[in-house]
Amino acid sequence: MAHFTKATSIKDWLNQRLAIEKVEKVLASEYWIPKNINFLWAMGMILVVTFALLLVSGIFLLMYYQPNVDLAFDSVNYTIMREVDFGWLWRHVHGVAASVVFLIIYIHMFTGIYYGSYKKGREMIWISGMLLFVAFSAEAFSGYMLPWGQMSYWAGMVITNLFAGGSLHADGLVEWIRGDYVPAQAFLNRFFMLHVLLIPLAIIGLIGLHFGALRIPHVNNQDGEEIDFDEESKKYLAGDKAGSKVIRFANDFMAKDMMVVGFFLVFFFYLVFYHYGFAMDPVNFDPADGLKTPAHIYPEWYFLWSYEILRPFSTDIGLMAFAFAQVIFVALPFLDRSPNAIPASRRGLFKYWFWAMLVDIIVLTAMGKLPPAGIFSTIGLVSALVFIGLWIALPFITYFEKKV
Amino acid sequence: MKELLILAIVTVFSLIVYYLVEPFAHSQMHKHVESEHFAYADLPALTKTGDASRGKELVMGAGACVGCHSIDVEGMGAPMDAVSSAAAYGVNPPDLSNAGAIYDAKFLNALIKNPAHALMVEHKFDVNKGEMHPMIPFYGAGGDIDQEVADMVTYLQSIAVKKDEVTPEMAFENACGRCHSVKYEKWTQIGTKPAFKHKKDELAFDIKVLEYQDSLRSYMGTLPPDLSMYIRSRGEHYISTFIENPQTYLEGTSMPRVGVTAGTAEKVIEYLEDSGDTKRHEREETGKYVMIYIIIFAIFGLLWKKQVWRDLH
Repeated sequence: MAHFTKATSIKDWLNQRLAIEKVEKVLASEYWIPKNINFLWAMGMILVVTFALLLVSGIFLLMYYQPNVDLAFDSVNYTIMREVDFGWLWRHVHGVAASVVFLIIYIHMFTGIYYGSYKKGREMIWISGMLLFVAFSAEAFSGYMLPWGQMSYWAGMVITNLFAGGSLHADGLVEWIRGDYVPAQAFLNRFFMLHVLLIPLAIIGLIGLHFGALRIPHVNNQDGEEIDFDEESKKYLAGDKAGSKVIRFANDFMAKDMMVVGFFLVFFFYLVFYHYGFAMDPVNFDPADGLKTPAHIYPEWYFLWSYEILRPFSTDIGLMAFAFAQVIFVALPFLDRSPNAIPASRRGLFKYWFWAMLVDIIVLTAMGKLPPAGIFSTIGLVSALVFIGLWIALPFITYFEKKV
Repeated sequence: MKELLILAIVTVFSLIVYYLVEPFAHSQMHKHVESEHFAYADLPALTKTGDASRGKELVMGAGACVGCHSIDVEGMGAPMDAVSSAAAYGVNPPDLSNAGAIYDAKFLNALIKNPAHALMVEHKFDVNKGEMHPMIPFYGAGGDIDQEVADMVTYLQSIAVKKDEVTPEMAFENACGRCHSVKYEKWTQIGTKPAFKHKKDELAFDIKVLEYQDSLRSYMGTLPPDLSMYIRSRGEHYISTFIENPQTYLEGTSMPRVGVTAGTAEKVIEYLEDSGDTKRHEREETGKYVMIYIIIFAIFGLLWKKQVWRDLH
């Protein structure tokens, strides 16, 4: 057993038992971040703040929500929206944050791709990040079921149908997932459980892994410069703050993060109060009705690009293309064969690959919502093929990239 | 400067995505219907000036309106209760006390002469098969039919409240509420559901509602939907243009054109907002304070960053 002395202060008492000074150093004051960064490096903190908003608003909603097919719609639209004080505010915060969190995730992802932050020891950061993306997607989908409106029901029907695997006709699997032949009580209950317990636990665990994965390779910087963190931190601690290439996580990096978070929250609360419609689909304000198929069934905007990769093909090929799109981003660190971990602007053909991928995903997103007819389905098909083609081309164009 | 350029790029791409999946996609998916400002241009223009006292005689007498309709302000009760009326006609005929204020005069004129035409439900009633709209057309009392109809409408306007006194409840319950329930406002097709002391009385009321709905369902072909959340699921523009002419969105629908004035339509929208968007005033009020708070927070964030980074450059 360790030796304990009579504490001289509360801090000392805690220090002997929890080593709080050491913890503070490791997590904050001597956790070194490169100085050469821009506001895109604050997306992680914005995601933490948005996740916290989702968690807190979710806890309040959970106190009144009823996971029952006869009561769910009214518990949301009557009890929470009309009866509970500020229930409408929690719901709008939750709904808007669920949409905005994906905007930030996509910015965060494309920042990583642009600056090559998935290379040279940072592979696990990327992989854990992509696992978080999958977990957030599952969280968003399961949450979308809960108001039990028309879109909840029909999106649930369409997405669970995918598990039949086209010609494989794995209808038993679909029934097993639903707990019924159609989305009904068993379906709502299990998606409720997934949404409020299992997936949030997975997300919290993955956030831990994602942060942990950052410790050894450190955060990247905007020029892809290799920094000797030991050397630079010594310089900082010796007092040469201006000359050092690194800064403390707190308060240096944190101060910049909170500034960006402040600006982000102005944008966020503007959406919550004055422009929430985009995040709360009107069709979902009609109660679920298994006998009335809506004229247009589409997922929320953040799933549209992968939905559009599924849609233009025949069932089996579509499912294969869809499965490809779901997993291929995880493999990015291994498909990019270039030795350069620098911004895309300085990387030969990859520069064009990056912008082509970004534009292609935006085109797919737009086509995913539009009715699949005429010119839109042609554009959709071409962009889906371009998406697959870009990934096939990636190892080749990066293999021949010159070392910078 | 570089950061501003990056911010500009991120903003432009985000706005493009927003534009494509919201305004553009919706413009492609949904038919856009322009409001006709409740002009009812397809109906004949009014040519006669009516006389209320002659109109009263017609409404109470030869016009036979009170054979089916009640006029509460004149002390004329309904010949049958709502459930029996619905069993007889398919839907309970409206009380006419405020019809003159709720409905457009041109529409009322056309309605009295040819209900199925004014209501735009001629496709439902094939005269050759002997199908008649339950409201019987007024064939005239022996004089100039146009003058007689104008008199009746003038009478209805004379007993009604002033147009600006029409309340959201009055507008909704008269023009929409005999077919549509709004359960979040406790509205049923036969009236507001009261709070009952005894379960037995409540069940008796519920049974009446169900009986009414059965008649309505067989008359309309389907039970008209509950409108509690329509302000969120359809939006103001859709509802307003739909009321104006249901056939533009749903060709062949059995929902009639109800012929309300533009003012009444606004009241109906207000009623639906009170049901489905109850907290809109609180939202705007709270929004202001939260925005002020969060802007101050962002300014402090900026100042803190500047202070901390002064030594780092």
